[in-house]
Amino acid sequence: MQNLGIQILFQGNNFLRLWVGLWVSLKLAVISMFFSICLGMLFGMVMTSTNKLVRFFCRLYLETVRIMPQLVLLFLVYFGAAKHLNVNLSGGTAAVLVFTFWGTAEMGDLVRSALESIPVHQYQSGYALGFGKIGVYRHIIIPQTIRRLLPSMMNLLTRMVKTTSLVVLIGVIEVVKVGKQIIDASRYTVPDAALWVYGVIFIMYFAVCYPFSRAAALLDKKLRD
Amino acid sequence: MDFEFIRAYAPLYASAAGLTLTIAFFGILLSVVIGLLCSLVKIFKIPVLTVIVNGYIEISRNTPLLIQLFFLYFGLPKIGIVLSSETCAITGLAFLGGSYMAEAFRTGIEQIPKIQTDSGLSLGMTGLQIFRFILLPQAIATSVPVFCANIIFLIKETSVFSAVALADLMFVAKDLIGIYYKTDEALFMLVISYLLILLPVSAFCTLLERRVRYAEFGNSNPVSGK
Repeated sequence: MQNLGIQILFQGNNFLRLWVGLWVSLKLAVISMFFSICLGMLFGMVMTSTNKLVRFFCRLYLETVRIMPQLVLLFLVYFGAAKHLNVNLSGGTAAVLVFTFWGTAEMGDLVRSALESIPVHQYQSGYALGFGKIGVYRHIIIPQTIRRLLPSMMNLLTRMVKTTSLVVLIGVIEVVKVGKQIIDASRYTVPDAALWVYGVIFIMYFAVCYPFSRAAALLDKKLRD
Repeated sequence: MDFEFIRAYAPLYASAAGLTLTIAFFGILLSVVIGLLCSLVKIFKIPVLTVIVNGYIEISRNTPLLIQLFFLYFGLPKIGIVLSSETCAITGLAFLGGSYMAEAFRTGIEQIPKIQTDSGLSLGMTGLQIFRFILLPQAIATSVPVFCANIIFLIKETSVFSAVALADLMFVAKDLIGIYYKTDEALFMLVISYLLILLPVSAFCTLLERRVRYAEFGNSNPVSGK
């Protein structure tokens, strides 16, 4: 029985199909991450503004995103947009929208704390040396910020990958759906397929996320020494 | 917006929210216990257990809760372990939360400079006394922010439990959308329910964080934390 179960993975191109399925959600994660980084950099700089009103709205946006479960946001966009804006978003588009919305807030907060962690005298020394505002950012602040950002950015990426597993609940055909298809197709020939298929999906996610979180931990350690 | 509808179905949401909270409560309680045990194993570097705990932490932190639940709920029955939706949800949440809590406690203790332990030793304190009077009070203070963030994170994660046939808030909302096409009302109540659950928790956490900052070592300006 044991041998029979694991066979299911190597029947036909099942294993490949699972990876293709995982790639669907990874692709969503990568696209959302790209937009989140671009927008988050901007948002982070806006967040360091001294204007009270600007700060308040930034805070409001961040807290709103933080307090709502991502799945609720997904539902809001996926079901809400279809009804009110009369656009029928595919699950994938809705996911990219929501995860970018979420990622931008998280990324912005990371950028903000990285910017604020740079001592004021770095700016002041820059000005004293005759750099302009842009020069100070370009040559002094941004290089240091990026170094400090890298570990937390990688952690955000793994979180993004983990969160995109939710898209199966709004009907995107990704790895879990493919897994279900495989299980259902062999319901009678391989009754314990579910164990193996879900087990393998579990390991696949681990295989994708682990290198990134490991790299993040190493970078973080290197940065601290 | 159909307020009659909202009034009619509010009790459904209330009971779903109750279920979500119950599961979250037990899940978080278990994860705190697991987290404490794991962090103790890591701090005292107990030989074989450290490897197991490290493995557990990496696995649990690098896989999505949804996949963990699918494995527990659909996979395990095939080898004879049948879990009910509720057990499955609590197990999943504790499995996920345990590692996050462990890391929170561990970093809390590791942040305390080594010199404090040494000073304690030179004052003639025993290992247990050092832990009890020097390390623990500071560790609690420093790990509170992370601990609070974890609790909010875990409550948010409960939203995926509908996937293992638990009639939680998401499940009710999806049902109402499917049956009555009352998308607005269902989603509105969903958002309100989560706000009602999470806002007080978040506000309480902010308060708590401010309180414990006073206890931080070498913190001359507790309010701004600088």
